[in-house]
Amino acid sequence: MTRAFLMRNPSVLWFLLALSLFTLAVTLLSEAGMGVLSTSFVKTLGKTLCLCLVALAMDLIWGYAGILSLGHMAFFALGGYLIGMWLMYARTEEIVVAALSSGPLPATPDEIRQGIATQIFGVVGASDMPAIWAQAHSLPAQLALVLIVPGALAGIFGWLAFRSRVTGVYLSILTQAMTLALALYLFQNDSGLRGNNGLSGLQNIPGLDGVPQETVSLWFFWASALALGLAYVVLSHVVSGKFGSVIRAIRDDEARVRFLGYSVEGYKLFVFTLTAMIAAVAGALYYPQAGIINPAELAPIASIYLAVWVAIGGRGRLYGAVIGAAFVSLLSSWFTGGRAPSVNLGFYTVNWVDWWLVLLGLSFVLVTLYAPKGLSGLIDAAQGLRVPDRKGAALGPDDGALMEQEGRE
Amino acid sequence: MPRVFAALVAALILLTPLAALAQDAARILGDNRALVERASRTTIGPVIDALAASGDPVVAEVLAAWADKGLGVRKADGAFFLIAPTAAGWDLRGLDGRAAGPTAKADITDLKPNAGVRALIQSALVRFQLTDPDSARRIAALDAIARDGAPEHLAPLRGAIADEPDPVIAARKARLERLLTLRFDPDTATRAAAIAAFGGDTGLDLRAALNPLVATRRVALPKGADVAGNLARDLRPGRDLTEVEAYDLLVSAGLAPARLDAAGLKAALAAHIVDGAVGGVPLAALSDPRERERAYTALETAGTVPTAATDAEVTAAVAAHRFVELYAEPDPAVTSAAAAALDRIALTVGAMQAADLALDALSLASIYFLAAIGLAITFGVMGVINMAHGEFIMMGAYTGYVVQLFVPDYTLSILIALPLAFAVTFGAGVAMERLVIRHLYKRPLETLLATFGISIALQQLAKTIFGTQARPLTAPAWLDGAWVLNDVVSISYIRIAIFVLALIFLAFFLWLMNRTKLGLQVRAVTQNPAMAGSMGINPDRINMLTFGLGSGIAGIAGVAIGLFAQVTSEIGQAYIVQSFMTVVVGGVGNIWGTLAGAVMIGGLQKGIEFLNPSNTLAAQTYMILFIILFIQFRPRGIIALRGRAAGD
Amino acid sequence: MSSLLEVSGVSVSFDGFRAINNLSFAIGPAELRAVIGPNGAGKTTFMDIVTGKTRPHEGRVLWGDPPVSLLKMTEAQIARAGVGRKFQRPTVFEDQTVDENLTMALKAPRNPFAVLRWRRAQADADRVAALAVEVGLGDQLPRKAGELSHGQKQWLEIGMLLAQEPRLLLVDEPAAGMTLAEREHTTRLLVDLAKTRAVVVVEHDMEFVRRLNCKVTVLHEGSVLAEGSLDHVTKNPAVIDVYLGRG
Repeated sequence: MTRAFLMRNPSVLWFLLALSLFTLAVTLLSEAGMGVLSTSFVKTLGKTLCLCLVALAMDLIWGYAGILSLGHMAFFALGGYLIGMWLMYARTEEIVVAALSSGPLPATPDEIRQGIATQIFGVVGASDMPAIWAQAHSLPAQLALVLIVPGALAGIFGWLAFRSRVTGVYLSILTQAMTLALALYLFQNDSGLRGNNGLSGLQNIPGLDGVPQETVSLWFFWASALALGLAYVVLSHVVSGKFGSVIRAIRDDEARVRFLGYSVEGYKLFVFTLTAMIAAVAGALYYPQAGIINPAELAPIASIYLAVWVAIGGRGRLYGAVIGAAFVSLLSSWFTGGRAPSVNLGFYTVNWVDWWLVLLGLSFVLVTLYAPKGLSGLIDAAQGLRVPDRKGAALGPDDGALMEQEGRE
Repeated sequence: MPRVFAALVAALILLTPLAALAQDAARILGDNRALVERASRTTIGPVIDALAASGDPVVAEVLAAWADKGLGVRKADGAFFLIAPTAAGWDLRGLDGRAAGPTAKADITDLKPNAGVRALIQSALVRFQLTDPDSARRIAALDAIARDGAPEHLAPLRGAIADEPDPVIAARKARLERLLTLRFDPDTATRAAAIAAFGGDTGLDLRAALNPLVATRRVALPKGADVAGNLARDLRPGRDLTEVEAYDLLVSAGLAPARLDAAGLKAALAAHIVDGAVGGVPLAALSDPRERERAYTALETAGTVPTAATDAEVTAAVAAHRFVELYAEPDPAVTSAAAAALDRIALTVGAMQAADLALDALSLASIYFLAAIGLAITFGVMGVINMAHGEFIMMGAYTGYVVQLFVPDYTLSILIALPLAFAVTFGAGVAMERLVIRHLYKRPLETLLATFGISIALQQLAKTIFGTQARPLTAPAWLDGAWVLNDVVSISYIRIAIFVLALIFLAFFLWLMNRTKLGLQVRAVTQNPAMAGSMGINPDRINMLTFGLGSGIAGIAGVAIGLFAQVTSEIGQAYIVQSFMTVVVGGVGNIWGTLAGAVMIGGLQKGIEFLNPSNTLAAQTYMILFIILFIQFRPRGIIALRGRAAGD
Repeated sequence: MSSLLEVSGVSVSFDGFRAINNLSFAIGPAELRAVIGPNGAGKTTFMDIVTGKTRPHEGRVLWGDPPVSLLKMTEAQIARAGVGRKFQRPTVFEDQTVDENLTMALKAPRNPFAVLRWRRAQADADRVAALAVEVGLGDQLPRKAGELSHGQKQWLEIGMLLAQEPRLLLVDEPAAGMTLAEREHTTRLLVDLAKTRAVVVVEHDMEFVRRLNCKVTVLHEGSVLAEGSLDHVTKNPAVIDVYLGRG
C-alpha cells in the first residue's frame, strides 16, 4: 500500500477509521462487555457487515463494470451452503460419535458416516451421504470449496454468457434465470442439500461447545469486519488503478475498449468470477451468524435487493455500496421486526410490517428517477462536488454507462 | 285318519316335481328349510340352483333379500317371509310381495347367510340381473362383474348375451365375456383366442386383465436342474439382477446360508465380549472393520457363532445357480398371447402418450404465450423492460376475483372481468409509463430496477389488501371437466379455452401491428422516434398507448391464468422469468418468435417432465440450463432480426 | 513493395443487401491512403471488416509479414496486432481523466492479470505527458474527458491512437466538425504519421483529401471504382458519374 494510493483515495482511510471505531464500539457495548447490545443484535450487525461485503462485490460488477448481475446473492448463498456443510457435518459427527460410544463395540468409520448421513438426511427420507459431501468432514477442503465452487460456476456461466456477447438487460435476465435454476435445483429433496429444509444449526460451531454464543457472535463480528475492511482496501486499490480504468471504460463503451486491444470478455469474466468469490466469502461469514440457510435465500428477488442496496447507496463508489447495504438492511430489519411505531392516520393505521416493502419499492423508484447517486450524493453535496452538465446524455453508449448525474467532477 | 294323512303325504310327494314345474320359490325354500336355515357353502348350492332354475318371477327378489339378511322363517309354521326390522320386531311381506303385517321379534328366525353362501347367492343373482328388463340394472350388474369378476360369472354372462336387446349393452357383455374368458376359462385355446380377439384394443380393463397373466416371480435353482414351470426368461446376475438380490433369492430358497451383514456382525460380536476382547481381538481395535472380520472368524473357528457366508462364498454360490423368472400362469400359450397383446398395447399407448404429451406441451405453451404476449409488446417492440409485468398479471387475476365477489354468476363475471381487467391494468400501465418509464427510456438497467421497485410495492400492496392465502377465481361450469379422447389422451376445457385465447391474442396482435394506424405508428416510433415525431406522430402518446396495451393484455392473461392457478400475490412472480425467457428465446421484436419461444419452452418443460416425471423442479432447472446454452448458439433468439436492422 | 494489409475478394451482405461486393484493397507499411465514396459505398463497413467488427461472408484479409489472416481474430486481438481505429464521432471515456484515457491506451500487456499488477513507471508518465503535449492537451491531463470541447476530444482520441503505437491507422472523417486551423494541424499530423506507418483516411471532404496529397481509392456500391492520385480519379468518367456528378 503506497502512500500515493492513500493520498488519491482518502475515503479508504476514513472508511477504515469508521469501521474500526464501529467494531470497537460494538465490542465494548456487547454482552461480553458492557452488555448494552444483545447477542442477537450483535449478530444482526455482523450479518450487516457481510451484506456490506457482498454489496462491495455487487458495486464492482455493476457500479464499475456495468454488468447488472442478478445472481450474486446465489453465490452468496452458495458460500453459505458450502461452509454450512462442514458446520453441519462436524457438529453431527460430534453428536453421532457421542451416541455410538455408549454401544458395546467402538464404532467403525463406516458406522459413524452412516450415522451422520441418517441424522442429516433423515428429514428428506435418505440415509446415504451424497457425493457432494465427500469433503464435508474437512474444514480446509470445504473452505477451499467456498471459493472454488462459486468461482467455477461464475466462470463457466460468465464464459458462456460473455463469449456470446450477451449484454445489458439480456445478461441481467440470464443471470436471474441462472439464480432461479439453482434455487429450484436446491429445492429438490434429492439435490443432496436437504431440499427446502436447508441446513440448520449452523450457529453451533463444532469444537466450540464451551464458548458461549455471545463470544462466538463477537468473533464472527470481528471476522466480518476484518473481511470487509480487507476487501475495501483491496478493491479500492483495484478500482483506482489501470484495471479500474479499464472496467469503467467497459461499462461506458465496451466496443471502444475492444478497439484499444483489451479483451472485454476476459475482463468481464475476471470481474464476474472475482466478485462471485467475494460474495461467497461474505455468505460463508453470514450464515454461521444466521444459523440457518435454505433455498429461499437464493430466490432471484434476493439478488435484486442487492442491486437495490447498491443503487440506494450510490453505485460506482465503494463506500456508497457499503452505506446502501447497511442503511437499507438495518432499516428493513427495524421496520419488519415490528419495532417501528405504527402510524395512526385516523381512518387507517399504517402497520409498517405490511407497508415497509411498499415504502421501499416506491423510494427505490424515486431514487432511480431523481437521485441516481443515491445516498452518496449527500456526501458529494457536503463536499461541494458538482456534476458535469451534459444536457442529459449518459457518459457512454452502453446500457451500464453512468448517467449524467452520477459522474463526479 | 292316518290313512288320510298317508294319502296326503303320498300325494304331496307325487306333486313335488309338479310344484317345481309350477315354479314356486316358496315351496323350494320350504322343502329345504333345514338346509336353508343352516346354509353352508358346501351344501346350499343345489337349493340355490333349483331356485334359479325355477323361473318364478319372485326368485330374484327373494335371493337378493336372502343375501341382504332380509329373509326369515316364521318359527310357527316354517313359512318364509321377506322381513324388515322395526322397533317392535319385524315387518313381514310374503314372498310374492304382499304385506303380511308386523310380528314380534321372537316369532321369526332371520337368516344370516355367511360370506361363502352370499357369494353363491350373488352369482346366482347375476343371471337375473343380466337379463333384467331394466337396462340400468343390467348395466349395474355388468359394472359389478367388471369390477370384481369371478369364474362363476362366466356361465351366466355367456347365457345372457344372445337375448340382449340393446346393442350397446350387448357389446359390453361380449367384451366382458372375453375378459372373463381370458382369465377364467379352463380351456387354453379359448383363452388365447379371447386374447387375440381384442386386436388393437388398449382399454384399461384389458390391461388389468392381461397384466396378472404375465406376472412373474424370481426363482433360483441349481445349474442343470429342470425348470419347473412356465419360463419367462433367464436372469443373468450382474445384469438383470444384482448379486445381492441373487444371493437373497438363494437364501430364501434355502439354497445357501445367510450372509452376515454389518448389523449382524456387530450384534454377534457384542454378544461375545469376554474380558474386554472378542475372539482374542481387543475391543479398542474393533473400530476397524477388518479387525471385526478377524474376531468373527475366530468365533467361527471356536464354534460359538454360526458360519456365515463371506463375499467369495457368495460369489461362488451365485455362480453355481441359475436364476429364472417364471410366470405365475402355467400355460405358455396364454402367457405368450398375453405378452404379445401387452406389447401391442404398449406401442399404441406409447403413441397416445406422445399425443397427450404434445397436448400438454401445447397447453403449457399457450399459457406461456399468454403471459408473455404483453411483454412481447412492451419489451419486444418498445424495448422497455418491465419487471412489474408479473404484477399486472396479478392485478388482472385479482380483478377477476373481486368481480366474482359482486357478480355471483360465473359466466357473466368472467365476461365482465376480462374487459375490466384490461381497463385496470391499462390504466396502471399508462400511469407507470407517464410517471416512471418515460424518464428512463434508453436506460434499460435503471428501468429494470425502477420497475422492480414498483413490482415489490404492488406485491406487498396485494398482500396487505387480499391477505396471503390463495383467493379463488372460479371458472364457469361449462369450462369444468375435460375433453376425453380415450383412457390416455385428455385435455381440460380450461386449457382449451386458454389455447383459444392465445390464438385470439396472436391474431389481435398481428392485426394491430400490421393492419392498423396505431401499429404503423408504434413501429415508426420504436424504429426512429425523432423521424416519427417530425412526421406528425406524437411519440409520447404512442409510447403511452403501446405500454398501456401491453399491460392491459397482461391483465387479461391474469384472468385466464387465475382460472386454473392459485390467485396469490405471488402469481406474477411464477411467470415473470419464464415470460422473459419466452421473449428472449423467441427473438425480440417478433411475435412469431414469441410464439416459437413459448412452444419451445413449453415443449421442453413437458418433455423433461416426461423423462423425469416425479420432479417438476428438476425439469425447470434443466430447462433454464438449456435456455442458457441455447442463447450461446442463437444469442438473438429463434427468429432473429439480422444485420443492421438488429442494431449492433 | 510487400503490403501491410491485403484485402481480397471480400463480400458481405446484410439481409440480402450487398454492402461490400468483391472488394480488394492493399496498403504498404508506410503509406497514406484516402478512401472516398458516396454514402452507402461501404466505407464504414470496410473499416468494420478490417477491425473485426463485421465478419465477411467470403474473401480474405491478410496482415503483416509473414501474412496472417485477420478473419479468425477478435477485435481486441486485431487491435493488439497493430490496427488502430479512430471513429467518426470522438469516442473517449468521458467519465475518466485525459491522463486515464491515455494511460489505458499506452502500449502494454493487455490481459487482466498484467493490468492488475501494472504500476505506473516514470517512463509511462513521461510518455503520457509527451503524448498530451503532442495533441495539444498538455495542461488538460487531470481534467475529465467529458468536459473537453469537441475538437479536444478528437485530439484526445488521436492521442490515444498514438499511444497504442499501431502499424495501421484507420481514420474515419477526421476533419468533421473541425475549424480551419484544426484541419491544417490534422493534415500535418496525418502526413507525419504516414512516414512511419500506414494510414487510411476515410473522408468526404474533397478539399481535405486534396491537402493530404496521397493515393486515393474510390469506393462505389461496395467495390473499388478507381484508384490513383486525386487528379487521376477525378478525371475518371465513372467516378464523375457516380460521385462528383451528383454533387
